[in-house]
Amino acid sequence: MSNVIASSVGEHHPGPQLQERGQRAVFCGLTSIIWLHRRIQDAFFLVVGSRTCAHLIQSAAGVMIFAEPRFATAILGERDLAGMADCHEELDRVVGELIARRSGINRLFLVGSCPSEVIKLDLETAAAKLQAKHENRVRISAFSGSGIETTFTQGEDQCLKSTVAELPSLEASNQNLIVLGTVSDIVEDQFRRLFDELDIKNVHFYPGRKAGDLPAVGKGTRVIAAQPFVGETARALIERGADLISAPFPLGAEGSKAWFEAVASAYGVDPERTQQALEMPYQRAKRAVSVHRPKLEGKRIHFLPDSQLEIPMARFLSEELGLGVNEIGTPFHDQLVMRGELARLPKDVPMVEGQDLDPALARVRAARPDLTVCGMGIANALESEGLRTKWSIELVFSPVQGFDQAGDLAGLFAKPLTREDILKVGSWS
Amino acid sequence: MELTLWTYEGPPHVGAIRIAASMSDVHLMLHSPQGDTYADLLFTMIERDGRRPPVTYTTFQARDLGSSTAEMVINSLRESAERFKPQVLMVADSCTAELIQDQPGALALGADLPVPVIPLEMAAYTRKENWGAAETFYQLVRGLLSRQAPPPGTERPPREVGTRPSVNLLGPTKLGFRCRDDVVEIERLLSSMGVDVNVVAPLGASPKDLQSLPKADANVNLCPEVSDLTCSWLARTFGMPTISTIPMGWGATRDFIAEVASVLALDINIDAVGESRLPWYSRSIDSTYLTGKRVFVFADGSHAIAAARVARDEMGFEVVGLGTYSRERARDVRVAAKEYGLEALITDNYLEVEAKVQELQPEMVLGTQMERHIAKRLGIPCAVISTPAHVQDYPARYSPQMGFEGANVLFDTWVHPLIMGLEEHLLHMFRDDFEFNDTVGPSHLGSEGEGARAHDAAAGVGEADEGALVWAFEAEKELKKIPFFVRGKARRNTERFAVEQGLTTIEVDTLYDAKAHFSN
Repeated sequence: MSNVIASSVGEHHPGPQLQERGQRAVFCGLTSIIWLHRRIQDAFFLVVGSRTCAHLIQSAAGVMIFAEPRFATAILGERDLAGMADCHEELDRVVGELIARRSGINRLFLVGSCPSEVIKLDLETAAAKLQAKHENRVRISAFSGSGIETTFTQGEDQCLKSTVAELPSLEASNQNLIVLGTVSDIVEDQFRRLFDELDIKNVHFYPGRKAGDLPAVGKGTRVIAAQPFVGETARALIERGADLISAPFPLGAEGSKAWFEAVASAYGVDPERTQQALEMPYQRAKRAVSVHRPKLEGKRIHFLPDSQLEIPMARFLSEELGLGVNEIGTPFHDQLVMRGELARLPKDVPMVEGQDLDPALARVRAARPDLTVCGMGIANALESEGLRTKWSIELVFSPVQGFDQAGDLAGLFAKPLTREDILKVGSWS
Repeated sequence: MELTLWTYEGPPHVGAIRIAASMSDVHLMLHSPQGDTYADLLFTMIERDGRRPPVTYTTFQARDLGSSTAEMVINSLRESAERFKPQVLMVADSCTAELIQDQPGALALGADLPVPVIPLEMAAYTRKENWGAAETFYQLVRGLLSRQAPPPGTERPPREVGTRPSVNLLGPTKLGFRCRDDVVEIERLLSSMGVDVNVVAPLGASPKDLQSLPKADANVNLCPEVSDLTCSWLARTFGMPTISTIPMGWGATRDFIAEVASVLALDINIDAVGESRLPWYSRSIDSTYLTGKRVFVFADGSHAIAAARVARDEMGFEVVGLGTYSRERARDVRVAAKEYGLEALITDNYLEVEAKVQELQPEMVLGTQMERHIAKRLGIPCAVISTPAHVQDYPARYSPQMGFEGANVLFDTWVHPLIMGLEEHLLHMFRDDFEFNDTVGPSHLGSEGEGARAHDAAAGVGEADEGALVWAFEAEKELKKIPFFVRGKARRNTERFAVEQGLTTIEVDTLYDAKAHFSN
C-alpha cells in the first residue's frame, strides 16, 4: 500500500500459520461501548437489540457504574419483529424519550446488534431520518457492534469508521497527526507533552474527549495507531488521503520508543533531537519494566484470542521481559496494523487466527504454560486446574500505553505469579 | 421496542444455561453468535465457578448466514455428544438464532445422536431468564420421567410402613440467591424432623437423579421462580404433593415445619425441631430503634414476599413499598402487598423503581443489586436480599437465607447497614460535631455512602410537582438540623402537610406543626 510509511523492512514473522474455525469465546463489538461511552463524554450509545445485548453490556461492565450510564438498549419485542414499518416509528419514539431525558448529549450512536442485522433493520437510514428531526440538537449516526460481524474491540473500529465521512477536509497546505484508538486521559496528556518536545503540532486523538473533537483529514494527515484494532478506520482515513505510519504499538519501553521514533521520522525530526527527547522517559520505562523481570524471565505464556492486543503483548513480553511465547491466538489478523509488530516478534512463535475453543484449551492443558492470557469466562476454569491466568479485558481497561505505563503493564502480568508465591493456601477443591 | 438501561433478568437462554450449569452430566448446545458466550463469565466470575458451564455455542458469523448455520448446528451437536458424553443433550436457540429459524431442536432429533436429546423453545422476544430456567427444568424433568408416569387417575400408594419419609428439594440453581447454603440448611432442618432428602435439583443433580424424583413422598417448591412448573407437573402426573411454604424467616420456617409435618402425616413438636436467635435479638431492648423504620422491599417474587413478612413481623419495621421485577410472580406479590395496605410495584424498569424509592424516602431498602445502586446514590442503607446480585453476594462464609440459621443471617444482614440506636440519638442531639455527624454514615461502616450523604440527596424531591411551595430560609435551616436519615421523610411530610393546609410558604412553625400532625 503506497500510503503506508514503514520504517524498516526486515525479515518478518509470517503472521498466523493456522486458521481455526469452531467455537469462539469472545465478546461481541458491543463491549467496546463500555470504554467508548466514558472516553467520549457527550456521546450516548443506543444499542438496538435484544435483552441479551443489554445483559451482555451490563455483565461485562460488572454493573459497577453508579451514575446513569451513557448507554442503553432499545430491546426489540415480538411486535417489532412482526412488522418492519413499526420499527422505525418505535425507534423514533425511543430516541425522542432519550433526548428529552439526557440534555447533555451532543452525539447519539445507534448501535446495530446481531438481531437488528439479521432482520436487516437499516439503522443508517434510521439515523439519517432521526438526524433530520433533531437537527441542531444532536448529531445522530449508526454503526454495527454485532457479534456476527465484530469481535470485542472491533466495535470501536466500527464506531470510529462510521464518523470518518464527517471529518472536515484538511486544507492543502496544512499538516496534522491523528493518533488513532482510545487511550486513557493520562496517556493522552503524556503523549501530548512528548509531541510538543518533538515540535510535532496539530496532534489529534481520535476518538477525542468530546464528540465534536473531530480532526480534519487530507493529504497532509499522518495517522498512527495507538491500538491494534483500528484497521478499518485506518483504511478509511487512507482513502481520504492520509498516510499511515507503520510502527509497533506504544506498549513497553521499546514499543513506545519505536512508536515515537516512527512518528518523528515521518515528520523529519532530527534523529538526535528525537533521542534527546525520548531518552529520559525511555530509561525510566526500562527501569520500571526491569523491576518485574525476575518474576517473568524464562516463563512460558499462552495467549487465547480475545482483544487483538495479543500480538503486541507477546512482542513486549518476549522482547523486554524474556518470556517464551507458547502460542498467540488472535481473533483475526490485520496485516496493515500489525506490520510493525511482526518485525519484532520471534519468527518461530506459533500464531493461530480464529478459534476452536475446546482444542485450544486442550493445547493449554497439555503445555501447562506459566501464564495464560484469556477472557473472563475461561480464566477461573483454568485457575481451578492449577494454571495461572491473566484476564485480558484488564489490558483494554487499564492505562498501559506509553513509557510511564510500561512498568504497570509488566506488573499486570507479574501479579498472578507474585500472588501464586505469596499465597499459602490450597488451591481449588 | 423498550428502552432499557439496566435489566433485572437476562434472556431466557441464560436461564437454560443456569439449569445446565447447576447439574452434572448434562450438556447444552446453544445456537448463538459469538457474543453470547459472555454468559460463561456469569458463572465463572460472579459465582466463582471453577468450570465453564457445560455449554457449546455454535458462534455463527455473518458469513455463515444463509448457507452453513444448520450444518454448524449438526457439527456442534456431534462434537458435544462425542467430547462430553453427557447423559442428556439439551438444544436451544438464543435470540439471534431464533430469527434465522434453523430449528436446532428438530435437527438434533433427526441427527441420530448417541444420546437422548431435549429440545427447548426459549421465546427470546417475549420471555426472560427465570422463565427460561423454569421451562428448561420442566422440559428436562418431563422428558426424563413421562415414560414412567402411571395412567391418569392412579392413586399414589401410601408410604410403606417402616420407611422414612422423604422429599425432593426443587428449584435451587447456580446464580440463585444463596441457594448453596439454603440447601444445606433445609436438609439439616428436615433431617432433624426425621425426613430424608431424596433428590436436590437442579443444583448438583444428574439426569439419573431426576429419574428417581417420584420415589419421594413430596416436593418442596423451594425456589418457585424455577420449580413451580415442575412441581405442579409432578403433582398432576405422579400425584406428588407440593410443599409450598418458603422457609425464610423465623415464622415462615415454623410454618414450613408444620406444612411438612401435615403433608407427610408426621407427629412433630415444632419447638423441638430447632431454634433461632432472631426472636430474642429482636426483643432485646437495643433493637427498639428498629421500630417502625420505613422499609422498601423490591426483589424476585418469593424473596420480596418473604422479606416483607420478616421486616414487619420479626424486625418491627414498617413496610412502605413492596414490589417485584418478576411478572410471573406479580399476582402473588400484589396479594401480599394488600396485606401491608400497599399497591405492589410490578416493573422491570430500573428507573421506575428509583423514582419510587426517591418518592417514598424509606429509611432502608431491601432489594437486588440494582436497588443497592439506587440506595447508594440516595444515601439510604440497603441490604441485598435477591438476585440479580453481584460477586460480593456470593460469600465464602455459610450464609443461608432460609431456615433458623437463615433467620439469624437476615437479622444480622439487615441491621448491619443501619446507624445503631444510641449513635442515632447522639446524632439527633449534636448535629454539628465535626467528626461524628450524619454526613459520614454509620461509624462502623467507614465512609460507605459518604458521597451521597455529603449533599442532601432528598433536596428538591418535591420541587417539580410542588413548584408553588417555598421553604423560608429559617425553615430550611431548621430542616438541616434534622439528621440525614430522617430528613427526607421530614421534608416530604412537611410539604404534604403544607399542601393540605393550602400554604405556599413553609415556616419553622409549619415544620413543627407537620411534625405534630404526623407524630406516631
